[in-house]
Amino acid sequence: MKKSVKKAGLNKAVLLGAVMSALLASSAYAAEINFVSGAVGKDIEIFKELVKPWEKDTGNTVKIVPMPSSTTDQFAQYRLWLSAGNTDVDVYQTDVIWAPQLADQFLDLTEAAKDVVKDHFPSIIESQTADGKLVALPLFTDAPALYYRKDLLEKYGASVPKTWEELTATAKKIQEAERAAGSKDLWGFVFQGNAYEGLTCDALEWVKSFGGGQIVEADGTISVNNPKAVAALDLAKSWVGGISPAGVLSYGEEESRGIWQTGNAVFMRNWPYAYALGNGDDSKVKDKFDVTTLPSGGDNGKSAATLGGWNVAVSKYSKNPDVAISLAKFLTSKETQKQRALKGSQLPTIVSLYDDADIKAQQPIIPRWKDVFMQAVPRPSAPTKVKYNEVSSKFWSAVHSTLSGKGTAAENLEVLEADLTEMKGKGW
Amino acid sequence: MQQAELQAQRIRAAMWFLLPMIAALAFVAAYPLLRSIYFSFTDTTLTSLYTGQWVGFDNYLNWRTLPSGRTIYRGTLVDPAWWNAVWNTVRFAFVSVSIEAILGLMVALVLNANFHGRGLVRAAILIPWAIPTIVSAKMWAWMLNDQFGIVNDMLFNIGLISEKIAWTANVDTAMWAVLMVDIWKTTPFMALLCLAGLQMIPRDVYEASKIDGVHPIKVFFKITLPLVKPALMVAIIFRMLDALRIFDLVYVLTPNSAATKTMSVISRENLIEFDKFAYGSAQSTLLFLMIALFVTLYIWLGKVDLSGDKQ
Amino acid sequence: MKALKSAAFYLLVAFIVFIAVFPFYYAIITSFKTGTALFQIDYWPTTFSLDNYRDVFNQGGFFRNILNSVLIASVTVCLSLLLAVTASYALARVRFRGRGLLLMTILAVSMFPQIAVLSGLFEMVRFIGIYNTPWALILSYTIFTLPFTVWVLTTFMRDLPIEIEEAAIIDGATPWQIITKVFMPLMWPALVTTGLLAFIGAWNEFLFALTFTSSTETRTVPVAIGMLSGASQYETPWGIIMAASVLVTVPIVILVLVFQRKIVAGLTAGGVKG
Repeated sequence: MKKSVKKAGLNKAVLLGAVMSALLASSAYAAEINFVSGAVGKDIEIFKELVKPWEKDTGNTVKIVPMPSSTTDQFAQYRLWLSAGNTDVDVYQTDVIWAPQLADQFLDLTEAAKDVVKDHFPSIIESQTADGKLVALPLFTDAPALYYRKDLLEKYGASVPKTWEELTATAKKIQEAERAAGSKDLWGFVFQGNAYEGLTCDALEWVKSFGGGQIVEADGTISVNNPKAVAALDLAKSWVGGISPAGVLSYGEEESRGIWQTGNAVFMRNWPYAYALGNGDDSKVKDKFDVTTLPSGGDNGKSAATLGGWNVAVSKYSKNPDVAISLAKFLTSKETQKQRALKGSQLPTIVSLYDDADIKAQQPIIPRWKDVFMQAVPRPSAPTKVKYNEVSSKFWSAVHSTLSGKGTAAENLEVLEADLTEMKGKGW
Repeated sequence: MQQAELQAQRIRAAMWFLLPMIAALAFVAAYPLLRSIYFSFTDTTLTSLYTGQWVGFDNYLNWRTLPSGRTIYRGTLVDPAWWNAVWNTVRFAFVSVSIEAILGLMVALVLNANFHGRGLVRAAILIPWAIPTIVSAKMWAWMLNDQFGIVNDMLFNIGLISEKIAWTANVDTAMWAVLMVDIWKTTPFMALLCLAGLQMIPRDVYEASKIDGVHPIKVFFKITLPLVKPALMVAIIFRMLDALRIFDLVYVLTPNSAATKTMSVISRENLIEFDKFAYGSAQSTLLFLMIALFVTLYIWLGKVDLSGDKQ
Repeated sequence: MKALKSAAFYLLVAFIVFIAVFPFYYAIITSFKTGTALFQIDYWPTTFSLDNYRDVFNQGGFFRNILNSVLIASVTVCLSLLLAVTASYALARVRFRGRGLLLMTILAVSMFPQIAVLSGLFEMVRFIGIYNTPWALILSYTIFTLPFTVWVLTTFMRDLPIEIEEAAIIDGATPWQIITKVFMPLMWPALVTTGLLAFIGAWNEFLFALTFTSSTETRTVPVAIGMLSGASQYETPWGIIMAASVLVTVPIVILVLVFQRKIVAGLTAGGVKG
């Protein structure tokens, strides 16, 4: 009896102590974490909602620093801030190609994420690993697909193309027939042909799906100059002015969507965002189109989709690195990604979520991208590290020259190989 | 004696008048400018801003001898991409500033005349200059789009073109597209400065020539132009500075086309996008030197009275 | 003949106005459009929806951003004009050695590409502790407004007739009195013009504004426009961007309308003999 009272008293004391220390701990560690991110659509609102449970559990707060939606502007700012050792920002939302370039200024998250890494798509983790250091955790992902006009394919009895060659033939056939019938603005295929990062994405898909490698392989070997890559670019060259308007050489995502959504294209290569917009009430192609995986090329039989998407990285100049890492882990966790998928229809990076019942019910389009991600290919940002932007710029320039008829694919890729070799020097 | 003292007093006052302005400029500009020049002689990268080593002129020009005995040269001064950018920029600046000067003067003459609704027209003329460049460049990119751009549609309807032109994609038209937008955008700047110059010409000068029955064209060349010349010259100098540094317009319209890449665009690329901060600093420094050279040449050839000693 | 001449003149005016205003007009039409209609070419407004304007204000803080821009541009211009008027008097009217060199040095400040001085300025702004305040922008904008105002005002001041100054000197006026009482009233066209051009320059600046501010409350209009976005990274919300551009251009037009009378004033009113 006495003993138990004593014990109860002891318990009380322990409990009190625990509460005290918890209070002390939370007051000592209640930190404000600055999270910088491009402000796209409802991102900021959704983010505020998503992060609430974490704020409640840890007692810390998150302040958002919104940035313009232009990714090049964002990258320039982040680079500048990090180079100046800016302590005002703790967590950065980074494009899939940035983290390896900024690897020196981000913390290694390998240890913190060792339990969850295996849940994500391997290609995404690969893209965020530079020199064995995991520089960012995947937040959500993105990969392109082939958009096609169901109604037109049906009208001409064509099947959904499995290869680029089939796509070329089908597009040509439909374009000619439709133009003869009076739709003089109709084009067979639109993609992103302007000289910019988007062309690197498009061309990487052509080359990879022809079995021509991924420009620079994961081990750093420069593989871009090969007959399959040449064949891929030769075919793409034949589109410009044929099944694609000559102006495609200045198109980004929005220009191609403009042509597509006004009903003037049979096929389009674009990111998932065009799906919902294409089914908008005022869209000319509403309910007339569908999406599939991008075609394969030659006799390779495997399609490829360039990996997009966003990740979170923790600045090494953060004053509260542990809290910042905890936030990064929370944001990329399975539960948060699920909420993000449900609320913002952003694609999860965790494989099992594509079979999740709630997501299937509320966002039926998401599970359909699983196949696309299985064939996703990262751009060579991890092996080339700080040189990636320059590599990519050389690559898209070579492709753009080829498409606009300045030199053949074989010539341009040979020069590209020489340039990249010199850039690589003794190692990336 | 008194004259000399007065002069000394004026010079003292002048020093006090100049001091705040010089102090302000030195305070804001000296450190960033000198730092940029310093970086161009080091191997600094953006990842290690403070640990760069002095490398002399290597970013400008360096060479090494290969085992085979052949010597190869590297550096901005032998970089074909840089010289392409130099050529693009100089050509752009020359054409755009000349056309803008002529158009600006013409518009200013029109605005200087007395007519109904002059105030509104003046405000309307300034609109192109008033729209933020990031917006107007995007707006023009949209209007110049080959498929749904209104420019092609107009030209097509008038019958000037028979098929849609991809203005910004085509190597031959990209520079013209950039020039067109720039001229549209900055002629108002020129016009307004010329107008201010015209407004400061005493009216009786005109009246005198009117009474004398001098032909208007002769009045323009003999009276108006010489009087408006100082304003025009200073307008041209500032336009030249901006044209030689042109960045945002190209960056939005044709960011990566070798046909329009300018010195500022290429140095930004190296400074920020690529991992060549010091190299980009060297290019910025070269751009600075080139502008200084052009402005000096212009002032010398244009006989701009810089010191005012001729008065 | 005279009627023909004036008809031709008005035709010329109409043509100039058309070229200058058409893209703006197109922006206005576009700002009333939404969705797929944006991709269609129209010469006249076909739909009239204020959704885009509502969206601009819904994105938060846009009104605040306009206020910031007005404040920053005004203070920048006032400071520059204040410093430049006195400096240009010294440069234009007082004979001393090295005037030409000094003018060139002032100009040299504007010869570096903005992006190259960006990181140095950023360090300085943080060092002084004005990061994320309007002062960071006011300070950095003087890099381009001050050389411009000094040069233009020097040029104009030099052209003022020497006689009026001599008369003032004989009357025993100090240099400060000469500037404020004699020159300033004559300089209105130049002052207003340079002020206006410098104002627009500061109003439209993007790069510094983006780099030296980090919160919605301190950002200026061009950055706010850069922040307007569609539902995804790839979508460009044309309608909203156009609505915002129309909104930020209107204050400038009003400003010009207000000040343009001053441009016409000046010497004509003074009746000074040249």
